[in-house]
Amino acid sequence: MMRMVTGNYAVAYGALLSRVDLIAAYPITPQTFIVEHASEFVNDGLLDAEFMRVESEHSAMSACVAASATGVRAFTATASQGLALMHEVLFIAGAGHLPIVMPVVNRTVASPIGIWAEHNDTMPQRDTGWMQVYCEDNQEVLDMVIQAYKIAENKKVLLPIMVNLDAFILSHTVEPVNFPEQSKVDKFLPRYKPEHVHLSPDDPMTVGSFAPPEYIQEVRYQTEESMLNAKKVIQEVNDEFAKMFGRNYHGMVEEYRTEGADAILVTIGTVTSTAREVIDEYRAKGKKVGLVKLRFFRPFPIEQFIDIAKRTKAIGVYDRSISFGSGGPSFIEVKSAIYGHTSIPMINFLAGLGGRDVMSDDIELMLDKTLEAAKTGKVEKDVVWIGTRGVTP
Amino acid sequence: MSLKIKDLPEENLFTKGHTACPGCGGAIMAKIAMKVFGKNTCAYFPANCLLVFGGTYPLNAFKVPYLHVLFENSAVCAAGIKRALNKLGKEDVNVVAFAGDGGTADIGIQALSGAAERNEDIIYICYDNEAYMNTGIQRSGSTPFGAWTTTTPVGSKIAGKERFKKDVPRIMIAHDVPYVATASISYPLDLLKKLEKVKNMKGFRYLQIFAPCPTGWRLDPSKTVEIGKLAVESGMWTLYEFENGKMTINKKPKMIPVREYLKPQGRFRHLTDEQIDILQELVKKKWERDLAMAESTH
Ligand SMILES: Cc1ncc(C[n+]2csc(CCOP(=O)(O)OP(=O)(O)O)c2C)c(N)n1
Ligand SMILES: [Mg+2]
Repeated sequence: MMRMVTGNYAVAYGALLSRVDLIAAYPITPQTFIVEHASEFVNDGLLDAEFMRVESEHSAMSACVAASATGVRAFTATASQGLALMHEVLFIAGAGHLPIVMPVVNRTVASPIGIWAEHNDTMPQRDTGWMQVYCEDNQEVLDMVIQAYKIAENKKVLLPIMVNLDAFILSHTVEPVNFPEQSKVDKFLPRYKPEHVHLSPDDPMTVGSFAPPEYIQEVRYQTEESMLNAKKVIQEVNDEFAKMFGRNYHGMVEEYRTEGADAILVTIGTVTSTAREVIDEYRAKGKKVGLVKLRFFRPFPIEQFIDIAKRTKAIGVYDRSISFGSGGPSFIEVKSAIYGHTSIPMINFLAGLGGRDVMSDDIELMLDKTLEAAKTGKVEKDVVWIGTRGVTP
Repeated sequence: MSLKIKDLPEENLFTKGHTACPGCGGAIMAKIAMKVFGKNTCAYFPANCLLVFGGTYPLNAFKVPYLHVLFENSAVCAAGIKRALNKLGKEDVNVVAFAGDGGTADIGIQALSGAAERNEDIIYICYDNEAYMNTGIQRSGSTPFGAWTTTTPVGSKIAGKERFKKDVPRIMIAHDVPYVATASISYPLDLLKKLEKVKNMKGFRYLQIFAPCPTGWRLDPSKTVEIGKLAVESGMWTLYEFENGKMTINKKPKMIPVREYLKPQGRFRHLTDEQIDILQELVKKKWERDLAMAESTH
């Protein structure tokens, strides 16, 4: 059924369709409507879940961790400061192999306090053992909440996952979204029955024991192993979903008109939609440009980028966040992925920080600079700030 | 019918092999509490002495399932376990958080207050050894006036803690939860009665158990029980219950001079007569406040 909904509604409805057992959440702009919609679903009897209206995000994530360790399907959602407050708890879910799903409405992290789209909230969480996927539209948001549980709960993975959507651009924007039928979702996503962890007096288990160095390194290895296993599982779940529901997101990355491209632009989040249009215009003019939509940031699509880099002459990477003193996180990762496989020039584009709009002009600038690098084999500046007062791009 | 010591099961669910210091009040608390709560229990331990002396992987002294997540989220983690068990149709399981005074009075008070306000169906035990013992005897909000700790050292300018102990049970009473009580490992019958009571109740239950720490208090380890008694007799610690809007004092203190309680403990060795007088006055005020509350609610 087609409905006109916001990204936040798509998230909440995704949780409902996934039949989550427990929700623990705390409101923060622009995520608030997720908590409100979920509250309505539970209070109206549409969703049979325990709902913990906790006093903070730290407690929201703690409750999800405890519930998941007890053996139920847990759900929360947050943004920005809320995610930063959860930081300490995130590690427990990653190392504990707790398949919690958490949509994050990507929002600026203070200071200055701001509420608009930026990825500086989720990027610093990359080493917590959580998978991360970034969405482009509300349909993808709904579909990825459902897929996220299927990926996370896979026995070869068993890791938590963040489903990311840009503040306001998706969270508050109404778009047509196809709502899958419950019976079909039930078939795609069966009830969660964990075999690896539970808290139950009939079969006592210690979860989170104090551990000496003799054991912790193996725990780290297991988390890494799960991350690497996830790469295959993400593709399998993508393909199964595509077959059942007719929507294919192509797994870890989506390539758009990359065939024979001299210059490829890598985008993340909603900027991708704007970039698609500019790519079409350039292609219409005979300019050989292509687009790669970076969907999964963890695990990182290393193999895909090695393959992509071998087929082009220059890569530009767009980031909506910055790792101060180094560059945009996606840029750093792509560069590291292709190192040793090719020596094509790469440029990082920073734009849209703090939620500033990224316009087609900005994309054109990114493409022009990447095309130039493809032609000359050189770059002037590694990291290019676009639309920044007092800074020449 | 109140529970007697001989009614307790032989089997220990907190067993031999733990690594607590000699005379640890926290270990005594854990042993008694686990005997009362029994096998049908899930425990939560934050970062504290109990977590560490209770087991280092792959060893474990607890025969019930337990979870550790972090230091400051005991109440909400216990609540998360309880809600999940309810969802799984296991409503009868006791879910108990065993937090220290630091994890309760200081860093954990937000999650504690939230869980109490929501009336989560859990038992929250604070074993009170009056400092951060696991990290090596630093002051907590629950450390008494005058006490030496490594962060309230005896200096030439300032000696010992300058503030009186935070009254967490009172804060919990203000949350209007079904049950709040104070107890002590030195009064086992009173403790058993309260443990048995919380086990059979529903809703949020808070129990703060006085648990002397000979290592941190610079006390002869054979004097753990004795010092706990002196605490109650001097009025430093009051045994009471708060239930159905009523506060009941379980043991009226003899109000022996506080000096008698301080004397055996190295942590108070430096106190001047003037400081002891200040403490004596504070203790008197606290007792009068507790008594007034007990009288006004009956
Ligand atoms: C967020 C955080 N801060 C600090 C610590 C370090 N820490 C671990 S246990 C502890 C003190 C525990 O004191 P208390 O709760 O009174 O329990 P006790 O060890 O005295 O039994 C501290 C400060 C931690 N684990 N986590
Ligand atoms: Mg303590």
